[in-house]
Amino acid sequence: MERLLNVTTALSILLVAMVLFSVRRSHIRVEYSVSWLAAAVILLVLSRSSSALTWIAHQLGLADPPLALMLLVFCVFVIVLYRLSVVISDLKDANIAMAQRLAIVEFQLQNRNA
Amino acid sequence: MKPAGGPHQLLILIPAFNEIGAIAGVIHEVRGVMPEAPILVVDDASTDGTDQSARLAGAYVLRLPYHLGLGGVVQAGYKLAYELGYEYVIRVDGDGQHDPRYIPALLATLRETGCHMVIGSRFQDGNGDYTNSVRALGIWFFRLVLRPILGKPVHDPTSGYVGVNRQALQVFTGSFPLEYPEIEALVVLQRKRFQFQEVPVRMLPRKTGRSTITAVKSLYYIFHVLLGVFINVLKFEGRRSKDSARK
Repeated sequence: MERLLNVTTALSILLVAMVLFSVRRSHIRVEYSVSWLAAAVILLVLSRSSSALTWIAHQLGLADPPLALMLLVFCVFVIVLYRLSVVISDLKDANIAMAQRLAIVEFQLQNRNA
Repeated sequence: MKPAGGPHQLLILIPAFNEIGAIAGVIHEVRGVMPEAPILVVDDASTDGTDQSARLAGAYVLRLPYHLGLGGVVQAGYKLAYELGYEYVIRVDGDGQHDPRYIPALLATLRETGCHMVIGSRFQDGNGDYTNSVRALGIWFFRLVLRPILGKPVHDPTSGYVGVNRQALQVFTGSFPLEYPEIEALVVLQRKRFQFQEVPVRMLPRKTGRSTITAVKSLYYIFHVLLGVFINVLKFEGRRSKDSARK
């Protein structure tokens, strides 16, 4: 169990570093980094607190605390991905509306000049 | 293109994507049937010069900046028609499969019955032709699914040969399915308690190229549209309000 927790600790720190680096380079907007940073911090806290992990595993009825960690990691990232799907859908809707508006404005300008 | 003002207040809408072999012929045939109605080709960012061919044939061309797919194309045309004040829009596909001789019958049904949408139906008089058995199964399946939702039978729910009035145009400018729009559009209208009618038509073979609809794509179509139908039935009104505000 200890080795697994060390690995997840390293992964959490790596994720935090990657997100901060991407924000600094403007590859990710600050508002979209929040979900990833929150996910990484949750993962880090649980990886470093075996008592909390054991308590959660007990509450979930799981005999193995690492299993609880994997389940929580899965849930956290599902939430992050779901949030991103919502954002992408909204962007796609806005993008289509903008493309249609652009085409209509161009059409009207051409016909005005014709 | 000027705001609506012709004798019919009618716009012919032709969505097209890479239809250079057929588009000019379709425009000439439509003009032969409805000489006074303006024809708007909505070009879905074709790469083969469809837009130039359509302009040379005398149509107005609304060219999209990038490929949006059928729903995005048709909705762009509906938005322009609505902004220009048209009362009726009849959609004719750019591949030449829709026989323009039925346009007057579609228009007359819209005007005389007061319905919001008219569908050119291949199957109402039993003369329709199915391109493959999976597609036939899909059409049969959607007839069954749509019957209780629409409250009346629809013989050809997948037909793209449709006409709409201004009230339906207004609805579609705010909410129109992006992929495979025909069936979902019926459900969108049903949510507004709008009425539709079917008019028997005959479809023609494609003028050029061949259909990209395979048996596998038909199965995907069935799944995709079924999901879309149920989502439209359950759709949250707040989302639609936000979409409308964006327009």
